Amino acid sequence: MKDSVIEVRDFRKTYGDLVAVDGISFDVQQGEIYGLLGPNGAGKTSTLESLEGLRSPDGGSLRVAGIDPAREPRKLRNVIGVQLQSAGLPESITPDEAMKFFCAYHDVAPRFDLLERLGLNEKRNAQFFELSSGLQRRLALALAVAHNPQVLFLDEPTAGLDVASRVELHNLMRELQANGTTIMLATHDMAEAEEMSDRVAILLRGKIVTIGTPMEITSTGAGLTKVSVRTQGGSLINPELHFPAVSQQSVKDDYAIFFSTDIGPTVSAIIAHIEVQEDTLIDLRVERPSLEDRFLEVTTTGGAQ
Amino acid sequence: MNAFVNHFSFEFRTGIRNKQLLLMNYLFPLGLYLMMGFIMPEINPLFLESMIPAMVVFAILAATLLGLPDPLVNAREAGIFRSYKINGIPSSSILTIPALTTILHLVIVTVIITATAPLLFDAPLPVNWPNYGLTFIAMAFACAGISVLIGVISASSRVTVLWSQLIFVPSMLLGGLMLPYSMLPDVAGKISQLLPATQAMNAFNGLAMDKVADFDPTGSVIALLLSGVLAFVVAIYLFNWDSRNTTPRGHPLLALLVLLPYVIGLLLA
Repeated sequence: MKDSVIEVRDFRKTYGDLVAVDGISFDVQQGEIYGLLGPNGAGKTSTLESLEGLRSPDGGSLRVAGIDPAREPRKLRNVIGVQLQSAGLPESITPDEAMKFFCAYHDVAPRFDLLERLGLNEKRNAQFFELSSGLQRRLALALAVAHNPQVLFLDEPTAGLDVASRVELHNLMRELQANGTTIMLATHDMAEAEEMSDRVAILLRGKIVTIGTPMEITSTGAGLTKVSVRTQGGSLINPELHFPAVSQQSVKDDYAIFFSTDIGPTVSAIIAHIEVQEDTLIDLRVERPSLEDRFLEVTTTGGAQ
Repeated sequence: MNAFVNHFSFEFRTGIRNKQLLLMNYLFPLGLYLMMGFIMPEINPLFLESMIPAMVVFAILAATLLGLPDPLVNAREAGIFRSYKINGIPSSSILTIPALTTILHLVIVTVIITATAPLLFDAPLPVNWPNYGLTFIAMAFACAGISVLIGVISASSRVTVLWSQLIFVPSMLLGGLMLPYSMLPDVAGKISQLLPATQAMNAFNGLAMDKVADFDPTGSVIALLLSGVLAFVVAIYLFNWDSRNTTPRGHPLLALLVLLPYVIGLLLA
Protein backbone atom coordinates (compact mmCIF):
# COMPACT_ATOMS: atom_id res chain seq x y z
CA MET A 1 0.00 0.00 0.00
CA LYS A 2 1.46 3.34 -1.05
CA ASP A 3 1.33 6.39 1.19
CA SER A 4 -1.47 8.89 0.85
CA VAL A 5 -0.09 12.13 -0.52
CA ILE A 6 -3.41 13.97 -0.49
CA GLU A 7 -5.78 13.43 2.41
CA VAL A 8 -9.20 15.05 2.43
CA ARG A 9 -11.36 14.46 5.52
CA ASP A 10 -14.92 15.78 5.89
CA PHE A 11 -13.91 18.83 3.86
CA ARG A 12 -16.55 21.53 3.73
CA LYS A 13 -16.50 24.86 1.92
CA THR A 14 -19.26 27.45 1.99
CA TYR A 15 -19.76 30.88 0.44
CA GLY A 16 -22.37 32.63 2.53
CA ASP A 17 -25.44 30.40 2.43
CA LEU A 18 -24.13 28.37 -0.51
CA VAL A 19 -22.59 25.04 0.43
CA ALA A 20 -20.05 24.43 -2.35
CA VAL A 21 -18.49 21.31 -0.82
CA ASP A 22 -20.36 19.29 1.75
CA GLY A 23 -18.14 17.08 3.87
CA ILE A 24 -16.22 15.07 1.28
CA SER A 25 -13.40 12.63 2.07
CA PHE A 26 -10.88 10.92 -0.17
CA ASP A 27 -7.21 9.96 -0.38
CA VAL A 28 -4.80 10.14 -3.28
CA GLN A 29 -1.85 7.75 -3.24
CA GLN A 30 1.69 8.65 -4.21
CA GLY A 31 2.25 8.43 -7.97
CA GLU A 32 -1.45 8.22 -8.71
CA ILE A 33 -3.28 10.22 -11.36
CA TYR A 34 -6.54 11.11 -9.70
CA GLY A 35 -9.38 12.53 -11.78
CA LEU A 36 -11.80 14.95 -10.20
CA LEU A 37 -14.94 15.10 -12.30
CA GLY A 38 -18.22 16.87 -11.98
CA PRO A 39 -20.51 19.29 -13.73
CA ASN A 40 -20.06 23.04 -13.27
CA GLY A 41 -20.78 24.06 -9.68
CA ALA A 42 -20.13 20.56 -8.31
CA GLY A 43 -17.36 21.78 -6.01
CA LYS A 44 -14.27 20.76 -8.00
CA THR A 45 -12.70 24.20 -8.11
CA SER A 46 -13.35 24.86 -4.42
CA THR A 47 -11.72 21.53 -3.58
CA LEU A 48 -8.73 22.15 -5.83
CA GLU A 49 -8.24 25.75 -4.69
CA SER A 50 -8.38 24.70 -1.04
CA LEU A 51 -5.80 21.97 -1.66
CA GLU A 52 -3.64 24.55 -3.47
CA GLY A 53 -3.81 26.90 -0.49
CA LEU A 54 -5.87 29.54 -2.32
CA ARG A 55 -8.89 29.11 -0.04
CA SER A 56 -9.39 28.09 3.58
CA PRO A 57 -11.72 25.19 4.40
CA ASP A 58 -14.80 25.88 6.52
CA GLY A 59 -14.69 22.41 7.99
CA GLY A 60 -12.74 19.17 7.99
CA SER A 61 -9.06 18.81 7.25
CA LEU A 62 -6.79 18.81 4.21
CA ARG A 63 -3.24 17.51 3.90
CA VAL A 64 -0.98 17.71 0.86
CA ALA A 65 2.26 15.79 1.37
CA GLY A 66 1.61 16.11 5.09
CA ILE A 67 1.21 19.88 4.87
CA ASP A 68 -1.90 21.82 5.86
CA PRO A 69 -2.36 24.10 2.82
CA ALA A 70 -4.16 26.85 4.74
CA ARG A 71 -1.71 27.00 7.64
CA GLU A 72 1.62 26.28 5.97
CA PRO A 73 1.49 27.98 2.55
CA ARG A 74 5.24 28.64 2.48
CA LYS A 75 6.03 24.95 2.86
CA LEU A 76 3.37 24.05 0.33
CA ARG A 77 4.69 26.16 -2.53
CA ASN A 78 7.73 24.00 -3.25
CA VAL A 79 5.75 20.78 -2.91
CA ILE A 80 2.98 21.54 -5.39
CA GLY A 81 2.81 22.64 -9.00
CA VAL A 82 -0.41 24.12 -10.34
CA GLN A 83 -1.64 24.69 -13.84
CA LEU A 84 -4.58 27.00 -13.37
CA GLN A 85 -7.48 27.19 -15.84
CA SER A 86 -6.53 30.79 -16.60
CA ALA A 87 -2.82 30.88 -17.34
CA GLY A 88 -2.23 33.58 -14.72
CA LEU A 89 0.72 35.31 -16.36
CA PRO A 90 1.32 38.97 -17.21
CA GLU A 91 0.55 39.83 -20.83
CA SER A 92 4.01 41.14 -21.60
CA ILE A 93 6.08 38.33 -20.08
CA THR A 94 7.97 36.03 -22.46
CA PRO A 95 8.27 32.27 -21.89
CA ASP A 96 11.99 32.74 -21.18
CA GLU A 97 11.34 35.46 -18.62
CA ALA A 98 8.49 33.52 -17.03
CA MET A 99 10.70 30.46 -16.63
CA LYS A 100 13.50 32.49 -15.01
CA PHE A 101 11.03 34.43 -12.87
CA PHE A 102 9.10 31.46 -11.42
CA CYS A 103 12.18 29.27 -11.00
CA ALA A 104 13.92 32.09 -9.14
CA TYR A 105 11.08 32.20 -6.62
CA HIS A 106 11.30 28.41 -6.24
CA ASP A 107 15.07 28.71 -5.91
CA VAL A 108 15.78 26.22 -8.73
CA ALA A 109 17.63 26.60 -12.04
CA PRO A 110 15.40 27.55 -15.00
CA ARG A 111 14.17 24.51 -16.97
CA PHE A 112 14.46 25.81 -20.54
CA ASP A 113 14.43 22.19 -21.73
CA LEU A 114 10.75 22.06 -20.81
CA LEU A 115 10.02 24.98 -23.12
CA GLU A 116 11.68 23.07 -25.93
CA ARG A 117 9.89 19.84 -25.10
CA LEU A 118 6.50 21.54 -25.01
CA GLY A 119 7.02 23.19 -28.38
CA LEU A 120 7.72 26.70 -27.12
CA ASN A 121 11.28 26.98 -28.38
CA GLU A 122 10.47 29.23 -31.32
CA LYS A 123 8.31 31.48 -29.17
CA ARG A 124 10.66 31.84 -26.23
CA ASN A 125 10.93 35.58 -26.72
CA ALA A 126 7.34 36.26 -27.76
CA GLN A 127 5.15 38.09 -25.30
CA PHE A 128 2.49 36.05 -23.54
CA PHE A 129 -0.42 37.77 -25.28
CA GLU A 130 1.13 36.89 -28.66
CA LEU A 131 0.98 33.14 -27.90
CA SER A 132 -1.99 31.04 -29.01
CA SER A 133 -4.20 29.70 -26.23
CA GLY A 134 -2.64 26.27 -26.72
CA LEU A 135 0.88 27.65 -26.30
CA GLN A 136 -0.24 29.65 -23.26
CA ARG A 137 -1.49 26.45 -21.63
CA ARG A 138 1.73 24.63 -22.50
CA LEU A 139 3.74 27.43 -20.92
CA ALA A 140 1.59 27.26 -17.80
CA LEU A 141 2.27 23.53 -17.63
CA ALA A 142 6.02 23.99 -18.13
CA LEU A 143 6.07 26.48 -15.26
CA ALA A 144 3.96 24.20 -13.05
CA VAL A 145 6.42 21.30 -13.34
CA ALA A 146 9.70 23.25 -13.56
CA HIS A 147 10.49 22.86 -9.85
CA ASN A 148 9.77 19.10 -9.83
CA PRO A 149 6.73 19.26 -7.57
CA GLN A 150 5.69 16.26 -5.55
CA VAL A 151 2.03 16.95 -6.33
CA LEU A 152 0.76 18.46 -9.57
CA PHE A 153 -2.70 19.99 -9.93
CA LEU A 154 -3.98 20.24 -13.49
CA ASP A 155 -7.19 22.12 -14.20
CA GLU A 156 -8.48 21.44 -17.72
CA PRO A 157 -4.91 20.89 -18.98
CA THR A 158 -5.80 19.99 -22.56
CA ALA A 159 -8.53 22.57 -23.19
CA GLY A 160 -7.67 24.32 -26.45
CA LEU A 161 -4.79 21.98 -27.33
CA ASP A 162 -4.45 20.31 -30.71
CA VAL A 163 -4.14 16.52 -30.94
CA ALA A 164 -0.33 16.45 -31.08
CA SER A 165 0.00 18.76 -28.07
CA ARG A 166 -2.53 16.73 -26.18
CA VAL A 167 -0.55 13.53 -26.82
CA GLU A 168 2.68 15.26 -25.76
CA LEU A 169 1.03 16.50 -22.58
CA HIS A 170 -0.29 13.02 -21.78
CA ASN A 171 3.18 11.60 -22.35
CA LEU A 172 4.62 14.17 -19.99
CA MET A 173 2.00 13.31 -17.39
CA ARG A 174 2.88 9.63 -17.64
CA GLU A 175 6.57 10.45 -17.34
CA LEU A 176 5.96 12.55 -14.26
CA GLN A 177 3.83 9.79 -12.79
CA ALA A 178 6.59 7.26 -13.45
CA ASN A 179 8.95 9.51 -11.51
CA GLY A 180 6.59 9.44 -8.53
CA THR A 181 4.67 12.67 -9.05
CA THR A 182 1.09 12.56 -7.84
CA ILE A 183 -1.28 14.26 -10.26
CA MET A 184 -4.71 15.62 -9.53
CA LEU A 185 -6.60 16.15 -12.76
CA ALA A 186 -9.78 18.19 -13.01
CA THR A 187 -11.30 17.92 -16.43
CA HIS A 188 -14.54 17.97 -18.37
CA ASP A 189 -12.95 15.70 -20.98
CA MET A 190 -14.22 12.25 -20.02
CA ALA A 191 -12.07 10.46 -22.58
CA GLU A 192 -8.99 12.08 -21.06
CA ALA A 193 -10.07 11.23 -17.54
CA GLU A 194 -10.75 7.62 -18.54
CA GLU A 195 -7.45 7.28 -20.37
CA MET A 196 -5.21 9.00 -17.87
CA SER A 197 -6.69 8.51 -14.41
CA ASP A 198 -5.89 5.62 -12.11
CA ARG A 199 -8.95 6.56 -10.08
CA VAL A 200 -11.66 9.16 -10.43
CA ALA A 201 -14.11 10.80 -8.08
CA ILE A 202 -17.34 12.25 -9.44
CA LEU A 203 -18.67 15.22 -7.51
CA LEU A 204 -22.22 16.39 -7.64
CA ARG A 205 -23.63 19.32 -5.67
CA GLY A 206 -20.70 19.30 -3.25
CA LYS A 207 -20.74 15.59 -2.51
CA ILE A 208 -18.81 12.64 -3.94
CA VAL A 209 -21.27 10.33 -5.68
CA THR A 210 -18.77 7.71 -6.76
CA ILE A 211 -15.07 6.90 -6.48
CA GLY A 212 -13.14 4.16 -8.21
CA THR A 213 -11.03 3.20 -11.18
CA PRO A 214 -12.60 4.15 -14.51
CA MET A 215 -13.20 0.44 -15.09
CA GLU A 216 -14.97 0.01 -11.76
CA ILE A 217 -17.13 3.05 -12.31
CA THR A 218 -18.17 2.15 -15.83
CA SER A 219 -18.95 -1.45 -14.84
CA THR A 220 -21.37 -0.47 -12.08
CA GLY A 221 -23.80 1.51 -14.17
CA ALA A 222 -27.03 0.49 -15.82
CA GLY A 223 -25.55 1.14 -19.27
CA LEU A 224 -25.65 -1.52 -21.97
CA THR A 225 -22.52 -3.06 -23.45
CA LYS A 226 -22.40 -2.99 -27.25
CA VAL A 227 -21.25 -6.21 -28.99
CA SER A 228 -20.59 -5.92 -32.74
CA VAL A 229 -19.94 -9.17 -34.62
CA ARG A 230 -19.16 -9.86 -38.26
CA THR A 231 -19.02 -13.36 -39.68
CA GLN A 232 -18.17 -14.72 -43.10
CA GLY A 233 -21.57 -16.35 -43.62
CA GLY A 234 -23.63 -13.65 -41.94
CA SER A 235 -25.31 -16.19 -39.69
CA LEU A 236 -25.96 -13.58 -37.01
CA ILE A 237 -27.89 -11.27 -39.30
CA ASN A 238 -31.28 -12.57 -38.36
CA PRO A 239 -33.78 -10.56 -36.33
CA GLU A 240 -35.34 -13.77 -35.03
CA LEU A 241 -32.21 -14.68 -33.07
CA HIS A 242 -32.35 -14.31 -29.29
CA PHE A 243 -29.26 -14.36 -27.08
CA PRO A 244 -29.15 -14.18 -23.28
CA ALA A 245 -29.15 -10.68 -21.69
CA VAL A 246 -29.57 -8.94 -25.05
CA SER A 247 -32.15 -6.18 -24.89
CA GLN A 248 -31.72 -4.67 -28.36
CA GLN A 249 -30.16 -5.73 -31.62
CA SER A 250 -29.60 -4.23 -35.05
CA VAL A 251 -27.51 -4.55 -38.22
CA LYS A 252 -25.03 -2.09 -39.65
CA ASP A 253 -22.38 -2.57 -42.39
CA ASP A 254 -22.50 -6.42 -42.23
CA TYR A 255 -22.15 -6.27 -38.44
CA ALA A 256 -24.75 -7.73 -36.18
CA ILE A 257 -25.00 -5.42 -33.18
CA PHE A 258 -26.28 -6.56 -29.77
CA PHE A 259 -26.80 -4.45 -26.64
CA SER A 260 -26.27 -6.59 -23.57
CA THR A 261 -26.84 -6.12 -19.86
CA ASP A 262 -24.52 -9.04 -19.04
CA ILE A 263 -21.68 -9.45 -21.46
CA GLY A 264 -20.39 -12.92 -20.43
CA PRO A 265 -23.47 -15.05 -21.33
CA THR A 266 -24.14 -12.96 -24.43
CA VAL A 267 -20.68 -13.45 -25.98
CA SER A 268 -20.59 -17.15 -25.06
CA ALA A 269 -23.94 -17.70 -26.75
CA ILE A 270 -22.89 -15.77 -29.85
CA ILE A 271 -19.67 -17.81 -30.22
CA ALA A 272 -21.62 -21.05 -29.73
CA HIS A 273 -24.12 -19.99 -32.37
CA ILE A 274 -21.35 -19.28 -34.88
CA GLU A 275 -19.82 -22.74 -34.27
CA VAL A 276 -23.16 -24.50 -34.58
CA GLN A 277 -23.85 -22.69 -37.84
CA GLU A 278 -20.33 -23.62 -39.08
CA ASP A 279 -19.82 -19.95 -39.80
CA THR A 280 -16.44 -18.14 -39.44
CA LEU A 281 -15.86 -15.22 -37.09
CA ILE A 282 -14.20 -12.24 -38.81
CA ASP A 283 -14.50 -9.51 -36.18
CA LEU A 284 -15.91 -9.16 -32.69
CA ARG A 285 -15.90 -5.87 -30.81
CA VAL A 286 -17.06 -5.23 -27.27
CA GLU A 287 -17.66 -1.64 -26.28
CA ARG A 288 -18.49 -1.20 -22.63
CA PRO A 289 -20.20 2.02 -21.52
CA SER A 290 -17.70 4.85 -21.47
CA LEU A 291 -16.90 6.99 -18.47
CA GLU A 292 -18.82 9.71 -20.23
CA ASP A 293 -21.93 7.49 -20.38
CA ARG A 294 -21.53 6.66 -16.71
CA PHE A 295 -20.85 10.31 -15.82
CA LEU A 296 -24.04 11.38 -17.57
CA GLU A 297 -25.94 8.62 -15.86
CA VAL A 298 -24.62 9.59 -12.44
CA THR A 299 -25.12 13.30 -12.87
CA THR A 300 -28.61 13.05 -14.35
CA THR A 301 -29.87 10.61 -11.72
CA GLY A 302 -28.22 12.62 -8.96
CA GLY A 303 -25.99 9.71 -8.03
CA ALA A 304 -28.85 7.34 -7.20
CA GLN A 305 -27.97 3.77 -8.14
CA MET B 1 18.01 38.01 -4.16
CA ASN B 2 17.94 36.24 -7.54
CA ALA B 3 14.14 36.28 -7.39
CA PHE B 4 14.09 40.00 -6.63
CA VAL B 5 16.51 40.77 -9.49
CA ASN B 6 14.48 38.67 -11.95
CA HIS B 7 11.20 40.22 -10.85
CA PHE B 8 12.63 43.75 -10.95
CA SER B 9 14.21 43.19 -14.35
CA PHE B 10 10.94 41.85 -15.82
CA GLU B 11 8.84 44.69 -14.35
CA PHE B 12 11.32 47.30 -15.60
CA ARG B 13 11.16 45.93 -19.14
CA THR B 14 7.35 45.87 -18.88
CA GLY B 15 7.45 49.62 -18.22
CA ILE B 16 8.88 50.09 -21.72
CA ARG B 17 7.30 47.12 -23.51
CA ASN B 18 3.72 47.82 -22.45
CA LYS B 19 2.39 50.63 -24.64
CA GLN B 20 0.18 52.11 -21.93
CA LEU B 21 3.07 52.19 -19.46
CA LEU B 22 5.47 53.55 -22.06
CA LEU B 23 2.99 56.36 -22.66
CA MET B 24 2.61 57.19 -18.96
CA ASN B 25 6.27 56.71 -18.03
CA TYR B 26 7.89 58.53 -20.95
CA LEU B 27 5.81 59.81 -23.86
CA PHE B 28 3.14 61.76 -21.96
CA PRO B 29 5.47 63.53 -19.45
CA LEU B 30 8.22 64.25 -21.99
CA GLY B 31 5.71 65.34 -24.64
CA LEU B 32 3.98 67.71 -22.23
CA TYR B 33 7.37 68.96 -21.02
CA LEU B 34 8.33 69.95 -24.57
CA MET B 35 4.93 71.49 -25.25
CA MET B 36 4.94 73.48 -22.00
CA GLY B 37 8.52 74.53 -22.60
CA PHE B 38 7.69 76.03 -25.97
CA ILE B 39 4.31 77.57 -25.05
CA MET B 40 4.23 78.55 -21.37
CA PRO B 41 7.20 81.02 -21.27
CA GLU B 42 5.37 83.06 -23.93
CA ILE B 43 2.25 83.23 -21.76
CA ASN B 44 3.91 83.38 -18.32
CA PRO B 45 7.66 84.12 -18.23
CA LEU B 46 7.74 83.28 -14.49
CA PHE B 47 6.93 79.66 -15.38
CA LEU B 48 10.56 79.07 -16.37
CA GLU B 49 11.74 79.61 -12.79
CA SER B 50 9.94 76.51 -11.60
CA MET B 51 9.81 74.64 -14.88
CA ILE B 52 12.15 71.80 -13.92
CA PRO B 53 10.45 70.90 -10.59
CA ALA B 54 6.99 71.39 -12.10
CA MET B 55 7.70 69.05 -15.00
CA VAL B 56 9.35 66.49 -12.71
CA VAL B 57 6.30 66.56 -10.42
CA PHE B 58 4.04 66.18 -13.45
CA ALA B 59 6.09 63.19 -14.66
CA ILE B 60 5.78 61.59 -11.24
CA LEU B 61 2.01 62.13 -11.14
CA ALA B 62 1.53 60.70 -14.63
CA ALA B 63 3.74 57.64 -14.22
CA THR B 64 2.42 56.72 -10.79
CA LEU B 65 -1.23 57.78 -10.58
CA LEU B 66 -2.05 57.08 -14.22
CA GLY B 67 0.36 54.18 -14.78
CA LEU B 68 0.56 52.05 -11.64
CA PRO B 69 -2.95 51.22 -10.39
CA ASP B 70 -4.49 49.84 -13.57
CA PRO B 71 -1.99 47.01 -14.19
CA LEU B 72 -2.43 45.92 -10.57
CA VAL B 73 -6.22 45.69 -10.96
CA ASN B 74 -5.88 43.95 -14.32
CA ALA B 75 -3.40 41.45 -12.89
CA ARG B 76 -5.70 40.66 -9.98
CA GLU B 77 -8.71 40.25 -12.28
CA ALA B 78 -6.74 37.98 -14.64
CA GLY B 79 -5.85 35.63 -11.78
CA ILE B 80 -2.16 36.52 -11.96
CA PHE B 81 -1.98 37.13 -8.21
CA ARG B 82 -3.40 33.67 -7.57
CA SER B 83 -0.69 32.20 -9.75
CA TYR B 84 1.88 34.31 -7.87
CA LYS B 85 0.55 33.12 -4.52
CA ILE B 86 0.81 29.47 -5.53
CA ASN B 87 4.41 30.05 -6.61
CA GLY B 88 5.33 31.81 -3.37
CA ILE B 89 5.68 35.34 -4.69
CA PRO B 90 5.01 37.58 -1.67
CA SER B 91 2.46 40.40 -1.73
CA SER B 92 5.18 42.84 -0.69
CA SER B 93 7.09 42.06 -3.91
CA ILE B 94 3.93 42.30 -6.03
CA LEU B 95 3.29 45.80 -4.68
CA THR B 96 6.77 47.25 -4.20
CA ILE B 97 8.61 46.02 -7.29
CA PRO B 98 6.36 47.76 -9.85
CA ALA B 99 6.62 50.89 -7.69
CA LEU B 100 10.41 50.67 -7.62
CA THR B 101 10.71 50.11 -11.36
CA THR B 102 8.37 53.07 -11.98
CA ILE B 103 10.64 55.19 -9.80
CA LEU B 104 13.61 54.03 -11.88
CA HIS B 105 11.80 55.08 -15.08
CA LEU B 106 11.11 58.41 -13.37
CA VAL B 107 14.80 58.85 -12.56
CA ILE B 108 15.52 58.54 -16.29
CA VAL B 109 12.79 61.03 -17.21
CA THR B 110 13.93 63.42 -14.48
CA VAL B 111 17.51 63.26 -15.74
CA ILE B 112 16.29 64.02 -19.29
CA ILE B 113 14.19 66.98 -18.13
CA THR B 114 16.87 68.34 -15.83
CA ALA B 115 19.60 68.03 -18.45
CA THR B 116 17.69 69.46 -21.39
CA ALA B 117 15.53 72.22 -19.84
CA PRO B 118 18.44 74.68 -19.41
CA LEU B 119 19.64 74.02 -22.97
CA LEU B 120 16.26 74.10 -24.70
CA PHE B 121 14.38 76.66 -22.63
CA ASP B 122 16.97 78.42 -20.50
CA ALA B 123 15.30 77.08 -17.35
CA PRO B 124 17.29 77.54 -14.13
CA LEU B 125 18.91 74.45 -12.63
CA PRO B 126 18.51 73.41 -8.99
CA VAL B 127 21.10 74.94 -6.67
CA ASN B 128 21.05 72.22 -4.03
CA TRP B 129 21.40 68.86 -5.78
CA PRO B 130 21.15 66.55 -2.72
CA ASN B 131 17.91 68.27 -1.68
CA TYR B 132 16.68 68.08 -5.27
CA GLY B 133 17.30 64.32 -5.26
CA LEU B 134 15.78 63.90 -1.79
CA THR B 135 12.60 65.79 -2.72
CA PHE B 136 12.30 63.79 -5.94
CA ILE B 137 12.62 60.50 -4.04
CA ALA B 138 10.13 61.60 -1.37
CA MET B 139 7.54 62.67 -3.96
CA ALA B 140 8.02 59.59 -6.15
CA PHE B 141 7.82 57.33 -3.08
CA ALA B 142 4.64 59.02 -1.80
CA CYS B 143 2.88 58.95 -5.17
CA ALA B 144 3.97 55.37 -5.91
CA GLY B 145 2.59 54.31 -2.52
CA ILE B 146 -0.73 56.09 -3.08
CA SER B 147 -1.01 54.61 -6.58
CA VAL B 148 -0.35 51.08 -5.35
CA LEU B 149 -2.95 51.63 -2.65
CA ILE B 150 -5.47 52.76 -5.27
CA GLY B 151 -4.76 49.56 -7.21
CA VAL B 152 -5.30 47.48 -4.07
CA ILE B 153 -8.60 49.02 -2.94
CA SER B 154 -10.19 49.48 -6.37
CA ALA B 155 -12.80 46.92 -7.32
CA SER B 156 -12.29 47.52 -11.05
CA SER B 157 -10.31 49.53 -13.59
CA ARG B 158 -13.11 52.10 -13.79
CA VAL B 159 -12.89 52.77 -10.07
CA THR B 160 -9.12 53.05 -10.40
CA VAL B 161 -9.52 55.87 -12.90
CA LEU B 162 -11.89 57.70 -10.54
CA TRP B 163 -9.54 57.51 -7.56
CA SER B 164 -6.50 58.43 -9.65
CA GLN B 165 -8.21 61.43 -11.21
CA LEU B 166 -9.41 62.55 -7.78
CA ILE B 167 -5.75 63.22 -6.96
CA PHE B 168 -4.32 63.91 -10.41
CA VAL B 169 -6.70 66.69 -11.51
CA PRO B 170 -6.53 68.78 -8.29
CA SER B 171 -2.76 68.27 -8.28
CA MET B 172 -2.53 69.79 -11.75
CA LEU B 173 -4.81 72.69 -10.85
CA LEU B 174 -3.80 73.44 -7.26
CA GLY B 175 -0.45 71.70 -6.84
CA GLY B 176 1.70 74.67 -7.80
CA LEU B 177 2.63 73.32 -11.22
CA MET B 178 0.80 75.92 -13.27
CA LEU B 179 -0.05 78.51 -10.65
CA PRO B 180 2.19 79.31 -7.70
CA TYR B 181 0.79 78.41 -4.26
CA SER B 182 0.87 82.09 -3.28
CA MET B 183 -1.65 82.97 -5.98
CA LEU B 184 -4.27 80.49 -4.71
CA PRO B 185 -7.21 81.69 -2.57
CA ASP B 186 -6.74 80.89 1.13
CA VAL B 187 -9.16 77.97 1.28
CA ALA B 188 -7.84 76.46 -1.96
CA GLY B 189 -4.31 76.83 -0.61
CA LYS B 190 -5.20 74.95 2.57
CA ILE B 191 -6.92 72.19 0.57
CA SER B 192 -3.95 71.97 -1.76
CA GLN B 193 -1.69 71.17 1.18
CA LEU B 194 -3.39 67.76 1.31
CA LEU B 195 -1.88 67.00 -2.10
CA PRO B 196 1.58 65.46 -2.51
CA ALA B 197 2.20 67.72 -5.52
CA THR B 198 1.85 70.90 -3.39
CA GLN B 199 4.21 69.50 -0.76
CA ALA B 200 6.73 68.51 -3.43
CA MET B 201 6.65 71.90 -5.18
CA ASN B 202 7.05 73.62 -1.80
CA ALA B 203 10.03 71.39 -0.95
CA PHE B 204 11.64 71.83 -4.38
CA ASN B 205 11.26 75.62 -4.15
CA GLY B 206 12.49 75.91 -0.56
CA LEU B 207 15.22 73.29 -0.49
CA ALA B 208 16.51 72.88 -4.04
CA MET B 209 15.68 75.86 -6.24
CA ASP B 210 16.82 78.75 -4.04
CA LYS B 211 13.30 80.16 -3.86
CA VAL B 212 11.17 81.09 -0.85
CA ALA B 213 9.00 78.23 0.39
CA ASP B 214 5.36 78.97 1.22
CA PHE B 215 5.48 76.75 4.31
CA ASP B 216 8.05 74.56 6.05
CA PRO B 217 9.84 72.68 3.18
CA THR B 218 11.50 70.15 5.48
CA GLY B 219 8.07 69.36 6.86
CA SER B 220 6.90 68.79 3.31
CA VAL B 221 9.62 66.18 2.68
CA ILE B 222 8.85 64.46 5.99
CA ALA B 223 5.10 64.45 5.19
CA LEU B 224 5.75 62.93 1.76
CA LEU B 225 7.99 60.20 3.16
CA LEU B 226 5.56 59.36 5.98
CA SER B 227 2.66 59.32 3.55
CA GLY B 228 4.57 56.91 1.31
CA VAL B 229 5.38 54.59 4.20
CA LEU B 230 1.76 54.62 5.36
CA ALA B 231 0.50 53.98 1.82
CA PHE B 232 2.69 50.91 1.33
CA VAL B 233 1.91 49.52 4.81
CA VAL B 234 -1.85 49.95 4.30
CA ALA B 235 -1.63 48.56 0.74
CA ILE B 236 0.19 45.43 1.91
CA TYR B 237 -2.33 45.05 4.75
CA LEU B 238 -5.37 45.42 2.47
CA PHE B 239 -3.91 43.36 -0.40
CA ASN B 240 -6.24 40.65 -1.64
CA TRP B 241 -5.07 37.65 -3.68
CA ASP B 242 -8.58 36.86 -4.86
CA SER B 243 -9.33 37.77 -8.47
CA ARG B 244 -12.71 39.24 -7.55
CA ASN B 245 -11.48 41.36 -4.60
CA THR B 246 -14.78 40.62 -2.84
CA THR B 247 -13.42 39.69 0.56
CA PRO B 248 -11.37 42.71 1.68
CA ARG B 249 -9.09 42.21 4.65
CA GLY B 250 -9.94 45.62 6.03
CA HIS B 251 -12.14 48.59 5.28
CA PRO B 252 -10.98 50.49 2.16
CA LEU B 253 -11.42 53.76 4.09
CA LEU B 254 -8.18 52.80 5.89
CA ALA B 255 -6.56 54.18 2.73
CA LEU B 256 -7.37 57.69 3.98
CA LEU B 257 -4.58 57.20 6.53
CA VAL B 258 -2.15 58.35 3.83
CA LEU B 259 -3.53 61.87 4.25
CA LEU B 260 -2.65 61.90 7.95
CA PRO B 261 0.87 63.40 7.59
CA TYR B 262 -0.51 66.22 5.43
CA VAL B 263 -3.37 66.90 7.84
CA ILE B 264 -0.93 67.01 10.77
CA GLY B 265 1.31 69.36 8.77
CA LEU B 266 -1.68 71.59 8.06
CA LEU B 267 -2.65 71.67 11.74
CA LEU B 268 0.91 72.41 12.86
CA ALA B 269 1.36 75.23 10.32
